[in-house]
Amino acid sequence: MKLRKVTAASATVLALALSATACGSDSGKESGSGDGGDKITIGIKYDQPGLGLKTPDGFTGFDVDVATYVAKELGYAEDDIEFKETKSADRETALARGDVDFIAATYSITDERKQKVDFAGPYLLAHQDLLIRADDNVSKGDDLNGKKLCSVTGSTSAQNVKAKFAPDAQLQQVGTYSECLNGLQSGAVDALTTDDSILAGYASQEQYKGKFKLAGLKLSNENYGIGVKKGDKEMVDKINAALEKMVQDKSWDKAVKDNFGPANYKNEPAPKIGNIVK
Amino acid sequence: MFDFLEGYDLLGAFWVTVKLTIFSAIGSLVLGTVLAAMRVSPVPLMRTFGMVYVNVVRNIPLTVIIVFSSLGLADVFGMTLGAADDFEVKYFRLAVFGLAAYTAAFVCEAVRSGINTVPVGQAEAARAIGLSFTQVLSHVVLPQAFRSVVGPLTNVLIALTKNTTVAAAIGVAEAALVMKEMIENEAQLVLISAIFAFGFVVLTLPTGLILGWVGKRVAVKR
Repeated sequence: MKLRKVTAASATVLALALSATACGSDSGKESGSGDGGDKITIGIKYDQPGLGLKTPDGFTGFDVDVATYVAKELGYAEDDIEFKETKSADRETALARGDVDFIAATYSITDERKQKVDFAGPYLLAHQDLLIRADDNVSKGDDLNGKKLCSVTGSTSAQNVKAKFAPDAQLQQVGTYSECLNGLQSGAVDALTTDDSILAGYASQEQYKGKFKLAGLKLSNENYGIGVKKGDKEMVDKINAALEKMVQDKSWDKAVKDNFGPANYKNEPAPKIGNIVK
Repeated sequence: MFDFLEGYDLLGAFWVTVKLTIFSAIGSLVLGTVLAAMRVSPVPLMRTFGMVYVNVVRNIPLTVIIVFSSLGLADVFGMTLGAADDFEVKYFRLAVFGLAAYTAAFVCEAVRSGINTVPVGQAEAARAIGLSFTQVLSHVVLPQAFRSVVGPLTNVLIALTKNTTVAAAIGVAEAALVMKEMIENEAQLVLISAIFAFGFVVLTLPTGLILGWVGKRVAVKR
């Protein structure tokens, strides 16, 4: 008897919940109100402070600023932009399937990726670097082989350490850079290594201010580009024009200052479109 | 089509997977059997401990356990399992520790179900000839119990094989980690995933078939 009551009650709740969602789920699908009111979907990272971060009050970061500027140049108001998370492994698939119109998510231009997608840009030249404790020092030419380094599992930076810079170094690989910072604070590792732009973003966070700094080693060249579906030449040209304009009217410099502020980060001057530094 | 495989040590990666599986399987079999013995022992404190361990560990996601082994036990409390300065060994051992601790809960439940298949008369007869609880368990009950749980333990072992991929989260260079590297470099998501899925089928399918046959052979005919 009792069981039957519970079942009936939960069925009622379920039915209510379903009808409630049914009412609320067909919003946001209204067609454009004429003046270029279509939506544009842009792939970004959600978990990289300084580049692409989802916060309770919206999205912040350099990639987000660049994406917003480019979308504006393409004729989309800020309300018409829909940001979508594209994790590193999903980026090519998301473009090929048309889930997103373009991707600005720390997307380094490489020959392998060029076979799958087209790139506009580059819009930022980053280098692999080390983030160290503020009272520590590592200078150019120091041997990294005796160091304990930390990076994200499977990332290009982690592979570079193993294959190029310091094959004998102790390398801890974890899921997210935040986990590395934990070990860096406690002294379990000496340095966190990845692109300096990403490191600067982490070091600029409120809770880490003044604790870490960049070593400034320039271990590699990472040319961040904007990924576009393969063969969409028109889109690439439009985005390139937008990026050029962004550099000219100084919005680019402002975006760099806003996002990579206080971490001893010396950014490279804005790269020339189509000029990929190997 | 497959020329991008050059430069990756696929076999080496799967060998690490196999090593993780074997060490964790041995560890969890020992710990799980001890836990099962505790859960059927006459001492209330032991019974409670076994029950609490199983119910707590079984309900924590494996990723949380593995990441905690690395960030909590190693980084914060300095538990390095005798490999402080060799990260590769250290994280491998931590992964085995986490996997064994987690899988032990499932082994314990499988073994306990096996103990329940042994007729009560067996244990009573063993008590009657003056054997202690430990002797009853080790000479009479457990040998029969194990023979009836080869099937369930095979399931646990196959799950463990696939669970070793979680060790990539703390940087153990097993199959899943090399897969991540390849996807990062080669931009060939579907093909690479298929190759690794196939690799795991090659590992687990024979395991299932062989142990299924063994289980049939040794089962107690009642």
